[in-house]
Amino acid sequence: MSVATKSEKIQRLAELTATKETGTGASLWREAFRRLKRSKMAIIGAIIISLFVVLAIVGPYIAPHAATAQAWRGEVFPNRGEFVGPRGENWFGLDHLGRDMFSRMLIGARQTLLVGIIATMIGLVTGFLIGGISGAAATLGGDAGKRIDSVIMRFIDMLLAMPSLLLAVSIAAIMGQSLTTVMIAVGVVQIPVFARLLRGSMLAQGGADYVLAAKSLGVRKRRIVVSQIIPNSLSPVIVQATLSLATAIIEAAALSYLGLGNPDPAIPEWGVMLTQAQRFFDNAPLMALYPAVGIIITALGFTLFGEAMREALDPKLRG
Amino acid sequence: MSLLELDGVKVHFPIKKGVLFDRTVGHVYAVDGVSLKVEAGETYGLVGESGCGKTTLGRSVLRLVDITEGSVVLDGTDLAKLPNEEMRRFRRRLQMVFQDPLGSLNPRQNIESILSEGMVAHGIGKNQEERREKIKAILERVGLPSNALARYPHEFSGGQRQRIGIARALVLEPDVIICDEPVSALDVSIQAQVVNLLEELQEELGLTYLVIAHDLAVVRHISDVIGVMYLGSLVEEAPSDTLYAEPKHPYTKALMSAVPVPDPEVEDRRERILLTGDLPSPANPPTGCRFHTRCPWAQAEKCATERPELKDVGGGHRVACHYTAEIASGELAPTRPTGIEAVTETEDALVKPAEGEAEVPAALLPADSTTKPDAPAVKEKVPAAAETPGDPAADAVAKDQDAATPEASGKGPAGTD
Repeated sequence: MSVATKSEKIQRLAELTATKETGTGASLWREAFRRLKRSKMAIIGAIIISLFVVLAIVGPYIAPHAATAQAWRGEVFPNRGEFVGPRGENWFGLDHLGRDMFSRMLIGARQTLLVGIIATMIGLVTGFLIGGISGAAATLGGDAGKRIDSVIMRFIDMLLAMPSLLLAVSIAAIMGQSLTTVMIAVGVVQIPVFARLLRGSMLAQGGADYVLAAKSLGVRKRRIVVSQIIPNSLSPVIVQATLSLATAIIEAAALSYLGLGNPDPAIPEWGVMLTQAQRFFDNAPLMALYPAVGIIITALGFTLFGEAMREALDPKLRG
Repeated sequence: MSLLELDGVKVHFPIKKGVLFDRTVGHVYAVDGVSLKVEAGETYGLVGESGCGKTTLGRSVLRLVDITEGSVVLDGTDLAKLPNEEMRRFRRRLQMVFQDPLGSLNPRQNIESILSEGMVAHGIGKNQEERREKIKAILERVGLPSNALARYPHEFSGGQRQRIGIARALVLEPDVIICDEPVSALDVSIQAQVVNLLEELQEELGLTYLVIAHDLAVVRHISDVIGVMYLGSLVEEAPSDTLYAEPKHPYTKALMSAVPVPDPEVEDRRERILLTGDLPSPANPPTGCRFHTRCPWAQAEKCATERPELKDVGGGHRVACHYTAEIASGELAPTRPTGIEAVTETEDALVKPAEGEAEVPAALLPADSTTKPDAPAVKEKVPAAAETPGDPAADAVAKDQDAATPEASGKGPAGTD
């Protein structure tokens, strides 16, 4: 009897190993994605983000009224403190110029998303290039490379030493008042963050055994950087990019709030709307509430998703 | 002419300090003048305790670290003088197997990609199809299923990963493979498999190995010639059997005496040489013979001032000691306590610590506490031994040992104070 169970066991073991040996392997990216799908935080974040993205795309088309339509101008008297709140015709009420808040919110979503994405892209791409060059020089460039890295990093330190809002305000002051300015200002502030992150991550990977192994194989330096070091240094940068989308939206709103945003009334943006609402906060707090809640929820979505990504990509959880 | 010849290889790492501009404040003498020859088809084993520079030496052969001085000649070409690009192409003939099987494989590449990396770099195989065929053949040769191709390193066991590491070296068809602690990260049962695989491959493909290890049993098993390193230089080199049968350098003697014997009776009675002090810092190596600060046979003259060369004492046995003959003949008595008598006479007191240390061949612990209680002549030498560098650490270890050996505990500290 014991013999039978033993052979059964062996049989089962063989089957188990057989199933494990067939099929393609699971790369770390795929495993991270699998973990991400299991995370509640990631799902909530993803739902919020996709709603926001859909809104940004279709918003201007489904908005019941035009952004500049002042059809109800005669009903709003800001000077006397008379405002119109939510009602059947205007779900979110009217703003101080008698425009439909709901339509403006829908149309503004696109601008808000664009500011977040473009600002983050500016920071990510520039930071990635600077950090990548610096990291590659420091890990494989020998003494000369270390010097190059040192110079680049001191420059980045200078950027980092400036208060981000001050830096953004000065850029906006130089370039004038427009949405592009806000994007660039917010993006530039992100550059040192991405550069330092990628460089640090590359330095950590540069000392790894597999990099040494690639060197001993005779792989060219450029290829070592591209195919060995960078793929392994990406995780924290990806996480940071997701989290940056949230901060970029908030910072863009802050800059708009300071009056540096796009003054064009035809292109509403949540941050600008918030600024305009603050003057009438005493009489019409709801006017500020809509854009504020919109910004908070989107930022929350990106933050939740970013945090979930961090957990999914964390190599310490690799089993 | 030998396939691989190292002549006076030195690797010194600068110690740098400074805020804006680094300046060199000293050097770590990781490898300090090593000359050795590896014959084609042979296995050269390199042993030594942690920090003696054996890994650095292995890496310097591949020029993964910069060679400060000396030459590494492979088949008539001096690698130390090759320009970078030529060195890169030359690496095809010299491959390396690493200690950490997982760490040395890129976690984001699948096995096919890992194995084709080197082939692409050296233009082996016209296209991916051709390379895949070759990879499949080699995977089979090292005992991995061919469906491993699409899988990733973390999906394999330790032994399998090391096989992948070996396969990666083999696809380039090298002449020499440097194995840096190839089995020390593996389970004992897996170690045997990997060692056997290395031996089979050598027979089949006529490979030459330079095996770096601290496990004396493994090295003895696979090596034809063994070199013993201490603090950046070779102290002894001999054919494997000769070295184990009659070690001549005091350091080798101590190293060999740390290998446990499976027979408990022999284990109880066998002679053990316990060294005092720690390995001196390679940033500030002792003058003269590097070993004189810990050598039980150290003499007042010569040892501290003159650095001994490796001298052939017959039969390919080379020893770097001024007093090889005198020590062998028993003419010179140990000037420091060696622990030999203590081991033979006060058995009960020493069984415990001896067992604990036996597992760590490189742990050549201080012998202060093991001095025979009723040998005042030997005990008086203890303060002299305490002058060696790394003295506080030695004392700490000595006190630990005192606690473990009740008989010696009363006498040991008294002797040191």
